[in-house]
Amino acid sequence: MEITERRAGKTIVLAPAGRIDMSTADQFRERLIPLISSAAAGGSVVLDFSGVDYISSAGLRVLMLAAKEARNSGGAIAVAALQPLVNEIFQISRFDKVLPCHIGVNEALAAVAPTA
Amino acid sequence: MNVRFWGTRGSLPAALTASAVREKIVDALVAASGRTLDTPEKARAFAETLPFSVSHTFGGSTSCIELRSEGAGRVLLDMGSGARAAAGDALRELKGAPGEFHVFQSHLHWDHIMGFPFFTPAYIPGHRIRIYGCHAELEHAFRRQQAPPSFPVDFSIMAANIEFIVLEPGRSYDIAGYRVVAKVQVHGGDSYGYRFERNGKSVIYSTDSEHKLEEPDVTQSFVDFFHGADLVIFDAMYSLADTVSVKEDWGHSSNVVGVELCQLAGAKHLVLFHHEPAFDDATIERVWRESQRLEEITRGEHPVTVTAAYDGLEIAL
Repeated sequence: MEITERRAGKTIVLAPAGRIDMSTADQFRERLIPLISSAAAGGSVVLDFSGVDYISSAGLRVLMLAAKEARNSGGAIAVAALQPLVNEIFQISRFDKVLPCHIGVNEALAAVAPTA
Repeated sequence: MNVRFWGTRGSLPAALTASAVREKIVDALVAASGRTLDTPEKARAFAETLPFSVSHTFGGSTSCIELRSEGAGRVLLDMGSGARAAAGDALRELKGAPGEFHVFQSHLHWDHIMGFPFFTPAYIPGHRIRIYGCHAELEHAFRRQQAPPSFPVDFSIMAANIEFIVLEPGRSYDIAGYRVVAKVQVHGGDSYGYRFERNGKSVIYSTDSEHKLEEPDVTQSFVDFFHGADLVIFDAMYSLADTVSVKEDWGHSSNVVGVELCQLAGAKHLVLFHHEPAFDDATIERVWRESQRLEEITRGEHPVTVTAAYDGLEIAL
């Protein structure tokens, strides 16, 4: 699994690509959770999932850990650009109720941007 | 091998309410608009076209499953409230002859033993009941639930020959014609899953089991335990999101993890079990259909049939 990272203002956009499953969930967690911590105090992370083909329960658990970390540290996290299959997995697992899911990265950036 | 589900609800029996029955009738009548259903045969055939949650109910008895196989002993999995109906069926079949029952306990929580005081063969001399489990407190739990002030009939009144046998997890046993192995699971006070094998067929009973998804090695141990199973009866009480958030450490699992484990293990048939007692029939059917869809969109080389258990379901292997 490849993970790329860029900044958009105060927001970090993290873009994993490939499958997030039992064999790659740890790699995803090790990359994501420190970002959430460092983005605390008004910072935020947008996950660009346009390159994610599949996410298993182990990968979804990492997203839950990230959501908890964001809540505890005062940051924000959002997911964007889910592929149709991954979108269905979010709905069936009810993770669409846990994390804000946006159609595109720009919409997610707008949603997590701090209000003036 | 034949698998019959006598009780499929989790945690607490859940009765169908009068208003729920009325709504099923309303839905069926609306669906029947314009049709001529003037014979029971026509009406039954039409009923089969309705959604399961309209024409049936998943039922409300707690965990009890029966394994039957020609030449093998009578095996029951857990003594939830479904055991009462299982007892009646067995006594009708035995027609007064003494029977032998082999009961395997996943654990000793109330919903998994509450049917035993209503398990009629236990009161009849001549019947033999062997209760297996991996908890050292196995016998104590059964005796205690019938002690005052919890129940009016003390365990000592039961006239059948009742024995308790504590098994060792991971060890293979030959019991009642089945090869049986138990596996420890994550649940308050521990629970145990069982793998039953006979004549080349295998059934996994894995209820009240939380999958923490933290350690790939632990997940792999369940994949190995489920490997190639013909049937996996799986605790799918909550959504995945709930099991890793508000209901973390509640000791239960989800439909999503059930589908994944069966796919990884090459299991053939997943049965969603231990339904949340707060769910109505429509909600359970929705979870079932979504699970089938999840299996379809994530399918690997081997398809997995996905069924939602209901009281009265029979599966022939």
